[in-house]
Amino acid sequence: MNLSLLLPILAPSLASDIGVPVLIIGAMGLAFGLLLAFASKVFAVNRDPRVEEIISVLPGANCGGCGKAGCAGYAEAIVLQGAPVNLCTPGGPKVAQEIAKIMGTEAEAVVKKIAVIHCSTGGKDNTKWKYDYRGIETCLSAVNIAGGPNSCSWGCVGFNDCLNACKFDAISVDESGMRIIDIEKCTGCAACVKACPRKLIDLISIQQNVFIKCSSKDKGPLARQVCGTNQPCIGCGICVKKCPQQAITMANNLASIDYSKCTDCGVCAAVCPTNAILDTLRGTRKKSEIDAELCDGCHICVPVCAVGAIKGEENQKHNIDQDKCIGCGVCITVCPKNAIKTKE
Amino acid sequence: MNTLSQILVLAISAIFIQNFVLSRFLGLCPYLGVSTKMDSAFGMGMAVIFVMTMASAFCSLIYKYLLVPYNLTYLSTLAFILTIAALVQFVEMFILKNAPSLYKALGVYLPLITTNCAVLGVAILNITPLPDGSTYNFLFATLNGFFSGVGFTFVLLVMAAIRERLALVDLPKSMHGFAHGMILAGTMALAFSGFVGLKI
Repeated sequence: MNLSLLLPILAPSLASDIGVPVLIIGAMGLAFGLLLAFASKVFAVNRDPRVEEIISVLPGANCGGCGKAGCAGYAEAIVLQGAPVNLCTPGGPKVAQEIAKIMGTEAEAVVKKIAVIHCSTGGKDNTKWKYDYRGIETCLSAVNIAGGPNSCSWGCVGFNDCLNACKFDAISVDESGMRIIDIEKCTGCAACVKACPRKLIDLISIQQNVFIKCSSKDKGPLARQVCGTNQPCIGCGICVKKCPQQAITMANNLASIDYSKCTDCGVCAAVCPTNAILDTLRGTRKKSEIDAELCDGCHICVPVCAVGAIKGEENQKHNIDQDKCIGCGVCITVCPKNAIKTKE
Repeated sequence: MNTLSQILVLAISAIFIQNFVLSRFLGLCPYLGVSTKMDSAFGMGMAVIFVMTMASAFCSLIYKYLLVPYNLTYLSTLAFILTIAALVQFVEMFILKNAPSLYKALGVYLPLITTNCAVLGVAILNITPLPDGSTYNFLFATLNGFFSGVGFTFVLLVMAAIRERLALVDLPKSMHGFAHGMILAGTMALAFSGFVGLKI
């Protein structure tokens, strides 16, 4: 057959059969390409190059020990929010110095963090049980069966996953089955934080002495009923109101302390009606006393005292009830006459 | 049937009877890969629901207003891949700028889903004629994408829950990980095949 005869018939159909699809798909590609190019300009997020540099310096363990979501989150927090450079426990002083170099500031010493268990139960004698668990002896397995063998579905089940995760022998068990954390041996590696299926363990600066020893998000009456030590956080909110630094927040019936604000005064532990807040310095703080000569009876100190230890009528000399005073020192900071001093 | 009951039928069919993973065998890679932890399974599931819904909606429009008028339906696979890839990229940039918290939750999973067969699968299935010869309209295509994503997330979460619980089981070493996952997947598919008998 003569091809030249077919050509006029073939050519227009060829053009439309190949041309149209190529045109349309090509146009689609071009449109999407332009859209993305346009979007990358419009939605460009300016990332500080220092963030990348800090990420490369950090250990990359994403342990969360700094309180941020992983190393990238911490790097961002340093650059954008001015977070301290010394929060990385695994990295230690070396990393802190390197970050400080990138940021052009001086490194402060890394504050050592230790693990704190936010539960007061978990021993043989101080836990209420729902049923007798006889499975694989790990917390991870126990908490999976009907919400765990202990009555409190937030508390410690006591199969020592944290102890087994600890590579430094920093966790030991006493005769009643309670876990004790050795402050000297604890390196703040957060292995136990990850091992605890109930997320009861948290890393807190070694300089802090006030801890909330409960993780129950149950409502007050239920929390009381199921707690083996009868020291649950019942979500009453007294600590939130009494904290002189507003460092405590209440969420889901559970108080939590913001340690960046906490001054370790111990007021929350003193006012907690269920003793759910542990204060390791309780009773050892130096109490305050009023210098009768300087006091002019302005009455400013009376309402700020969380334990109601200051007595006295307005325009009369005030005095502090030494039995009630917990030595938090809040009154000292508010006295306009500097009449209140720490008792030696 | 009115529209609401049609949507209900669509939902049950997409989630249980025609489940993407267990009866269509699409999206198996994330099903076995991202199902070791509940948290990541949930994040992945949410990202899949999001992308599947968006992809269904956009591909349905592209099909109706671009491919059908120019007789290019044979190029639908190509056009859909192009659309989905561009869409996911665009959405990623958009939420990175405007919703950083959403980006933190879904961001890691979005690029993984760009080329996921389940996403392309839902777009193709939306234009495939049903037994009665009709195809889904825009609303039903979008809903089909959404419910298929829900079905995917559902089995992904079930799988993750099973694997979390079985993490402590004493198994021969050769059975750890993928081999174990395959047996679980097979058992689950067997269980889901029971839904095929559901008459709606």
